[in-house]
Amino acid sequence: MAGMVIVITSGKGGVGKTTTCANIGSGLANRGFKTVLIDADIGLRNLDVVMGLENRIVFDLVNVAEKTCKIRQALIKDKRFENLYLLPAAQTKEKDAVKPEQMVELCEELRKEFDYVLIDCPAGIEQGFKNAVAGADQAIVVTTPDVSAVRDADRIIGLLQAREIADPRLIINRLRPDMVRKGDMMDICDVNDILAICLLGIVPDDETIITSTNRGEPAVLDANSKAGQAFRNVVGRMLGEEVPFMSLDFDLGWMSKIKQRFIKK
Amino acid sequence: MDLMGRFFKDDTSSKDMAVERLRLVLVSDRAGVSPGLMEALKEDLIQVISKYMDIDEEAMEVNLSSSELSAALTASIPVKRIRR
Repeated sequence: MAGMVIVITSGKGGVGKTTTCANIGSGLANRGFKTVLIDADIGLRNLDVVMGLENRIVFDLVNVAEKTCKIRQALIKDKRFENLYLLPAAQTKEKDAVKPEQMVELCEELRKEFDYVLIDCPAGIEQGFKNAVAGADQAIVVTTPDVSAVRDADRIIGLLQAREIADPRLIINRLRPDMVRKGDMMDICDVNDILAICLLGIVPDDETIITSTNRGEPAVLDANSKAGQAFRNVVGRMLGEEVPFMSLDFDLGWMSKIKQRFIKK
Repeated sequence: MDLMGRFFKDDTSSKDMAVERLRLVLVSDRAGVSPGLMEALKEDLIQVISKYMDIDEEAMEVNLSSSELSAALTASIPVKRIRR
């Protein structure tokens, strides 16, 4: 059976596309699926460092597109999983070094061999975005609960629908339950109402994302990470499992939990 | 005063403001029509209508408005004379 090609996109930069891609990819591999991650952010590659594979790069996406090397030669095997690979972006080329037709061809080749092909899309709506979505069957839109990220996500959803990538799914990243509780951050319902697409996950703002990125090890593998749990939930939902969304109380200490109960009564 | 201020404080939270502002800005974002496209549409309208009527091109107005469920194109075209 041919694999699924999924683009991870957002419009706005810095909302966590690369982190999401690394975590979902590792999560899928951990569940036994043969997965490849494509870094489509030519000129600003980062998926390699987030995955901790930056020292192993020989060939890249542009070499593959230009056919100066075979796909197999450019794929980097993950440190932790036998069934996870990375196709890194070129660092010294421009976004237009790859054409949409070449991306389509590449995705068609990769889906023969892999269960999942995840594409880390660059920020923006220009050539890099067009390349990244060209060969995709599905899309995951990442946003944070702030006005600029949600606005850009809305624009991206419109562009995806215009390209007939049906039913993009949403991940709300970096949610701060303490701020939501005080009415100082949009909650899941607010963002979901505005964007009106299927919700795939809610990821809390979590320091373990920073520490795990420092180490080059996706948080999804850390049993004690809240964000890691959120990404494990996302992977479960992608595989068709019914996973309830996380409760917002998770970051409360026991003292404040008692306090909250007290106030409620 | 401080106490009064606290009691009667404007209780719009910053989150409600974010939601409200987003709703407004997205209405125009979603209309998604560039000024260039509107100008081209206007030119074409003038050409077609001019076959039948003499219109005041300067005073002509074409607007696209949209709500959550639908979009409407409205044109106000003053007619100077009907051609026979």
